[in-house]
Amino acid sequence: MKDVLAVADTRDGGVLGVSRETVGAASGLAEAWGGSVDAAIPGATEGEVALGADRVLRMPLSNEAAGNPDLVAGALAGQVQGHGYSAVVFAATARGRDLAPRVAARLDVPLATDVIAASVEEDDVVVRRPVYAGKAIARVRMLARPAVISIRPNVFERAPSAAASSADALATPADVGAGTYRVLGFEPSRDVALDVAEAEIIVSGGRGMQGPDHWHLLAELRDALGETAALGASRAVVDAGWRPHAEQVGQTGKTVTPKLYFAVAISGAIQHLAGMRTASVIVAVNRDAEAPIFGVADYGIVGDAFEILPELARAIRELRDN
Amino acid sequence: MKIAVCVKRVPDTGTRIRIADDGRSLSSDGVKFVLNPYDEFAVEAALQLAEAGVADSVTLLTLGPEEAKETLRHGLALGAHDAVLLRGETTMDGWATAQALAAELARREDGLVLLGAKAVDDDQQQVGPMVAGVLGRPCVTSVTEVEVADSVATCRRAVEGGQEVVEVDLPAVATVTKGRYEPRYASLRGIMMAKRKPIAEKEAAQVAPGLVVEAIEYPPERQPGRIVGSGTEAVGELVRLLREEEGVV
Repeated sequence: MKDVLAVADTRDGGVLGVSRETVGAASGLAEAWGGSVDAAIPGATEGEVALGADRVLRMPLSNEAAGNPDLVAGALAGQVQGHGYSAVVFAATARGRDLAPRVAARLDVPLATDVIAASVEEDDVVVRRPVYAGKAIARVRMLARPAVISIRPNVFERAPSAAASSADALATPADVGAGTYRVLGFEPSRDVALDVAEAEIIVSGGRGMQGPDHWHLLAELRDALGETAALGASRAVVDAGWRPHAEQVGQTGKTVTPKLYFAVAISGAIQHLAGMRTASVIVAVNRDAEAPIFGVADYGIVGDAFEILPELARAIRELRDN
Repeated sequence: MKIAVCVKRVPDTGTRIRIADDGRSLSSDGVKFVLNPYDEFAVEAALQLAEAGVADSVTLLTLGPEEAKETLRHGLALGAHDAVLLRGETTMDGWATAQALAAELARREDGLVLLGAKAVDDDQQQVGPMVAGVLGRPCVTSVTEVEVADSVATCRRAVEGGQEVVEVDLPAVATVTKGRYEPRYASLRGIMMAKRKPIAEKEAAQVAPGLVVEAIEYPPERQPGRIVGSGTEAVGELVRLLREEEGVV
């Protein structure tokens, strides 16, 4: 029996869409082994969960308890040891990145993060993952069992939206160890609805935007593109303090793989290109026709971003309204 | 209270990387190595706690080759008090790295262990919480600001959509990211003083890696794109392409 555990992401009482990608990646491994997929849901959820897993393991935690990563990691590690999974799959979201190493350490096994492909070869899990923020891709064989991996959002195919045939509860350990972790509060950021690493569409601005006062032009384009769009920024912009580091795309920020990436007034430094070159479609808007960004862009417009952005937002709004 | 900061030497982010002849590692020829940018934030956080009188000393700890001493010297020039080099090999297996670091940290009495949130070479983002796992101490990740009072560390951490405030009892581990901490530059005086600061050298307690890098490849080249046009007149055609050819809007 070679089963795989997929760990879902929950937020505000719901399961995030990326969790179907997690289950999709887990299903690929389970199929190769002839095993089944369990999906663990750490956190309170309302209604039926249709993730495409064979079995759902609910772990209805209060927000406070779900905020303690050691408690969640302890429960997950206990389940893995009890059932004897051959692989455990997380999503490389902010929460998955925090949780996966804690679980791997408890299981005394390594972890491969931000995986973009996973398969079973000669009974081992073999993954591909970007290194140097995408300047190179490593092929990695996981020797230890279980193989613990986290997958990059927007890369794996989603499992079908189907309900599981059975559901169980995940046991919460009484002693979580290192149990002094206390979440005191949460302060939502102004103007951040969706994390740049999870967005399907990213509108990024560079130094050519000339200052934070012009960011409403990018925000209007983002709004026109709908709820799956987020704002991004180049390193120069974050270093200048115009935008928060959470929005930074590149080697010292986030590596992203959206369906559509707008690089606006970004010249295209090597460390930025590394972080976004795996986007499906790249559009560059830049005043300088010689800017390196045009070398990786699928489509480019040479011109003044301040004039082009409002026109682009208007055209996309018009398209979506029809 | 003592603070230990775990650091790593990495290729400068402006470096164009070259794959070595073995096809599974990177050529280090002509590569400029620097202190990992995220570790700079961790060092800065530690130095600010020392300057505020919360910490008595800041020790740098690294696992790596002899050349990693240059990185330690740089951290000492910034203001750290002493350093430890664990001679050994770093691989992509962060769990093996974490166990080597933790074996040394277990012998010390640090109230706080700080690390960068990730290293910009392997991008694994895992060593901090794994070190905490070995030591049985709480760990707060992606911290943008840390304060210490009455044996409690209060951390602000960057999460999706905002900032979370988390409190942990000391001793604790935290991984630091960009936020409040603006890394300082080494002063000439700092560089001179660093030459006389002690670097202890030991053999690392290493375990065999549980994963192997079988190959490293360049990412597929993107097909050259095209300039749709200039100025606002090109917008209509661009939107048509994104809808009809690509189906992404």
